[in-house]
This record gives sequence, structure tokens and C-alpha cells, in this order.
Amino acid sequence: MLSIVRERLRQGHRTGKFPKVEPTLSDRFRGRPQLHSGLSPQQREQAVAACPFGALSQGEQGLRIDLGRCLFCADCPAAEQGALSFSGNYRLATRRAEDLCYSDEVYRLADALNERMLKLFGRSLKLRQVSAAGCNACEADLNVLNTLFFDLARFGIQFVASPRHADGLMITGPVSENMRSALLETYAAVPEPKLVIASGACAIAGGPFRGSEEVCNGVGDLLPVDLYIPGCPPHPITALDGLLRLLGRR
Amino acid sequence: MSGAQPVCLPVGGCLPLAELPRLDYERFSRLLREAVQGGARVVSYFARPETDGLTLYAVLLADGDGRIALLRTTLGESFSSLSPELPQLQLFEREIAEQYGVRPEGHPWLKPVRFHAGWTGAPDVWQREAGRHPLVGDMAYYRVAGDEIHEVAVGPVHAGVIEPGHFRFQCHGEEVLHLEISLGYQHRAIEKILRGGPHPATVYQMETAAGDTTIGHTWAYAQLLESLAGVQVPQRAQVIRAIGLELERLANHVGDVGALAGDVGFLPTSSFCGRLRGDYLNLSAEICGSRFGRGLVRPGGVSFDLEDARIATLQQRLKVLEPETCGAIDLCFDSPSVLARFEGIGTVSAQDATALGLVGVAARACGLARDLRQHLVPAVWTAAFAQPVLEEDGDVYARGNVRRREIVASLALLGYFLDQLPAGDTRVPVRELAADSLAVSCCEGWRGEVVHAAITDRDGRIDRYKIVDPSFHNWSGLALALRGQQISDFPLCNKSFNLSYCGFDL
Repeated sequence: MLSIVRERLRQGHRTGKFPKVEPTLSDRFRGRPQLHSGLSPQQREQAVAACPFGALSQGEQGLRIDLGRCLFCADCPAAEQGALSFSGNYRLATRRAEDLCYSDEVYRLADALNERMLKLFGRSLKLRQVSAAGCNACEADLNVLNTLFFDLARFGIQFVASPRHADGLMITGPVSENMRSALLETYAAVPEPKLVIASGACAIAGGPFRGSEEVCNGVGDLLPVDLYIPGCPPHPITALDGLLRLLGRR
Repeated sequence: MSGAQPVCLPVGGCLPLAELPRLDYERFSRLLREAVQGGARVVSYFARPETDGLTLYAVLLADGDGRIALLRTTLGESFSSLSPELPQLQLFEREIAEQYGVRPEGHPWLKPVRFHAGWTGAPDVWQREAGRHPLVGDMAYYRVAGDEIHEVAVGPVHAGVIEPGHFRFQCHGEEVLHLEISLGYQHRAIEKILRGGPHPATVYQMETAAGDTTIGHTWAYAQLLESLAGVQVPQRAQVIRAIGLELERLANHVGDVGALAGDVGFLPTSSFCGRLRGDYLNLSAEICGSRFGRGLVRPGGVSFDLEDARIATLQQRLKVLEPETCGAIDLCFDSPSVLARFEGIGTVSAQDATALGLVGVAARACGLARDLRQHLVPAVWTAAFAQPVLEEDGDVYARGNVRRREIVASLALLGYFLDQLPAGDTRVPVRELAADSLAVSCCEGWRGEVVHAAITDRDGRIDRYKIVDPSFHNWSGLALALRGQQISDFPLCNKSFNLSYCGFDL
């Protein structure tokens, strides 16, 4: 018993100060991409062709990026060509799929739920997590939110064991053909009104497996999504930031 | 070539296909049997349609000297199953049956593995409807009948934040008579979409083959391309990869010990380790910006260098983490109430582990010296790696204790690597791959060995790519560990293996 107390003293108090204090991330962390202006049409074309996941396209005002498709690759070929660079900005979550796309500085972060939903879920949100062919990175970094540093429960958010106890689904993975019906059945088991959160590039648009005949390219065509959290996997702070925005806490 | 002996290859080696004799099935199986009797084990076993017919490749590895032996033969519409004699082949043979519609005659447990349509349009071994996606989990499950026997079905959607899989327990009261594990829910067709590659997306698919083993799988992939391209990776890059690999091991092992403690209700270690695991992930992010090592390993080397200041930061943070980690973990291993729950639970005998071909932590917990770090190519390992960590009892305690001791060993390895980082380049270009060649690469990931094999076509494109995650071997070990246990001990046993679903399903 004494040794437990002694160890507890050594380990100290580790709960993080987020959201009151901004987190310190690695200087190599890759956050929201900034598109560079002044590229020739040919350079833009090259950049669009270079992304293996089709995250870039030609917009009216130059390049356009879709964060639902972006994997924030360390060796992003478009970045190597000078078309974009990664900032340290971890705030990425949006409410609508179209908000994930931008061509200038304006990026519309997630709004809070409407008044009725906030009244229901604002102080207590129970989520059922469904991994639908997620690679266990998204899952692991959502699990991390339960550890004492992030301490998700202090915000009234909790992962629960049954869809019957849940207010919504937190979905990861590109939704394999073999998980499709289990996902839809789990959704059906959640009582109304309910939320759907797509966490990670796979759940949003199929991620690295987009186009495989065995995946559905994410949740989009199957269920109505209320919150998109980009990243491969999203940093836990990105996910937490998104959840707090949804609940009107940021 | 007589084909009297298997063709040998060093770990990470490559061979022109023409040098590999095509044996008749009888000779192939005799040599395979002899090799296994001589102490080798099958690390990969896969088929490929060729002009001579469906060709079966066997990759064997002897743990003593780390030599890889290769055999190949041609299969007809059916072949005589070797699984009754060599249970370690049972999943490999089922996998081949599912992919190519050939029947291993006499297979004692012929069931689908991943529930996908066949790859060649050949008639389905299970007579499932052609032109439709097979129904996942649709197979004949093993049933026990009798008074008071009941069945418990769990999954695919589980209670925790984890991947999907289906578990069926045949129970008598609390006692589990048999556990059957049916997977395939995570299948993304990685091997199939790699044909004609490497494609621009391939390396990212390797990083997410099993996302918690990003470094392990990307290392194996990179090594494979390097050997096919005849490229030597600079020493400095090799050591940086090794640092990434050990950080991956540390994060996962520390997390696992915490999870084991949590499953027996010992919350101090569970909470401390949950936080510490994140700190090790953050060290990976310090190196490459990703907590899972995404972007670090690339064919030809690594894409991030470590400047002196960064090395100093890593060393400083490890110095703080080491005593905190050991303190948190020792607390649980010093508690009699925890040990009482760990000891004698979920035991796998060394004999069963050998027969099933278990690898990694689960094998070392049964006293089997299976750790490919003994034989990894870069010389950095031979200089720094002492001995595989072995335990004898094969129970939850042994698997936990292997992790505890490997955490200490990994910390020492990391210290050594950070201290001795050789100067030089971090990456060299990887150009054309050798045509019509076979390459095998291995890496000891945190769960166990990750083995990749590839065969190129005459244009030097990948024609067949085979991934074997350690979980492929080890799920059978978990099923066996549950026999005679209480069903309430399943979470604990499961945690002590902590296997990958997507690494198995691919």
C-alpha cells in the first residue's frame, strides 16, 4: 500500500490543462495545410496529379484541398513541389463535408449543435465507437482520450459499451464490405435523436484504401455525418477540439 | 538443379525465380516436413497463378541461424493438406483455398478466413454463390452438445474502443470448452490492390496494414524493395529505423501492461501506463511528427534525420520516463493480488506453441527463442541486441513479464542507438526492381515477426505480395489458451495476446 502511495506521489498530477492552455506539439507535427499562391497553371496541375489520394483539385482561385482526403503525409509530393506546407494548427474538425475543402485562408471549423441537441447532449454525451476496418491507429488515439492526461470524462463525454446506451456513433475506418451491415445495425440500435462522427481520413473518404473494392470509401454514403475529424490518424487533441466545438465549449 | 535441398536465402535477401526449382508436391511436402523436423518453421506460405499452373511457395526460417529456406511446387485443383501433420499450416492452406479455389484435401478445419470472393473466378471451395460478396461470418461453427452446454457469441462490434471480430464460446457453466474466432471484418484487400505496384499509395497502405505496427510493416516493405533493387541502406538510416521500432515496442508494451493491470482492477498501473504510453507515442511524434511513426520509414532509408539537439531532447525525456515506467510497472508485478490473477491463467504449452507456430511475445512466453532481432540485417542489432527475453510458463503472467522485461531491454537499446548514431546519409534512391525475382523480408515488430514476401513480374512490377502479420499465427494461440478457463477470464487472456484484427484480415 505504501509503495502505491509513494509511486502515486512520484507520478504526480498529470491531467492536461487543455482547453484552457494550448497544447505543445512536436515541431514536426503536420497540421492544417496552407496552400501557396502564385503557382503557374502547370505547377498546379502537377500538384493535383501528384497526390495519390486526390486531395487536391483545381479551384476557381487556384488550388483547392479536401482535408477529408488528405493524409497529412510526411512526404507529401505536392508539398515537395512547393504547392503547400503544413502548419502546426491542430484545429481541423468541421460539421459539413464541404467545409473540409478550401482554397484560401478561410476554413469553417465545426459549429455547435443546435439548441435542442445541446440541451440534450451538451453536458452529457455518450458515444459508441465502431471500428469499421480501422487500422487501430484511430482507435488507439481515441482510447487515449480516456487516459488521465486528456480525461475525456471531465467534459461529460464517455465511450459506452452498448449502442442502446449511446447518443451517437464515433466511426473509424473506411467501412469494409464485411463491416457495412454491422455498422448499419449498430446505428439502428442507437435511440433517436443521434449523432454520427466520422473520425479519421478512412471514415471520411476511405483514406489510403479509397478505391479498394472491399471498402465503401467511408461513412458518407451510408449515414448522415454530424462531425468530421480529419487526420491519419487525427491527433487526440484534434478529436477533443472537434468534440468540444460540437458541444459549444470552444 | 536436383532440388534435393531447399534453396537458402539470408534474411532480407532476394533470388531470381529461375534459381528456385519446381518440385513435385510429394518432394515438396517431404522437404517441408524434414525442415520442420529439423527445427525450422513456416513463416510464409502462399500461391501465385503462373503459366505452369498455380504455384505454391513455402518460406521457412530456422531460428538458430536465421537462414531462410524456400520451396516451390505446382498445385492442381486440389492437393493433399499438410495441416494434420503440421498444424502451423492450417490457416495458410485455408487462405489459399479462399483465394484460388483449390481444395486442401483432408484439411481438418476447412473454413473461410476473410470472407471475400475468390481472386481468379475459380469455383468457390465452400460453394458460395458466384458473383456475390460472401456473407461475413457465414460458416459452420464448431458446436459442443450436451446437458447445460451453452454458447456465447460476441462481436463483431465489441464493448471497447477496439477493432471488430467474432468470438464463439462453447461453455459448460463458466468453463470454456472451446473458443472459435472468426475474423475477416477488417478485410481491405491490401495484397490484391498491390498487384502491378508499387503504386503511389502503396507505402501508406503498408503503414496502415496494422496501424499500431506502422514501423514494423513499413520496415518489412522497405527492406523488400531495397533487396529487389539491390540497394544498401545507409547505417544512419538503419539506426533511426531501429529507434522508431523500439519506440513502437515501448509504447505498445507499456500500454499492454497497463491494460492487463486494468483488466484485473489494479488501477494505479493502469492509469500510469495509460499516460506513459502516450509519452512514448509523443517521442515518435518528436522524430517524425506522427505518434504512430507515419512517414518515418521509406524505401531507401528514412525521411527524417535526428539533429543533435533532437537527440538530446529524446535522451532527456527518456531519462525521466525510464524510472516512471519501471516504477509504474513494478507496482503491479509486486502485488500478490495481481499475480494471483495472472498466474496459471490462459496457459499455452511450449509443445502447442511450437505446433501452432506461435511467434513474438506469445512464443517467448512459452520459452521459444523466436525473436528476429537476433538475425536482422543491420549490424547495429548484432552489436546491441543481447538475447531474446524468455519466460517458461506460457500463461498471462509470462506474457506480461516478457513485456515488462522487454521494456527494460528496449530502453537500453534506445539509449545505445541514440548514443551511437553513425554519421552519414539518411536515404538513398530506390530505382528499378529486379524482374522475375522473389524477395523475403522480416522485422521483429512489437507483437512478433512481420514477414513480407514479393514476386516481381518480367517488368519488375510486383505481381504477388504476401504479408504475414504476427497475429496471423497467434490468434489460434488465444483460442487454445481459453480452453478450460472461465469465460470471465477472456478479456484478460485476450489482452495478454493483444492481437491485430486488421493485420490478420489485411
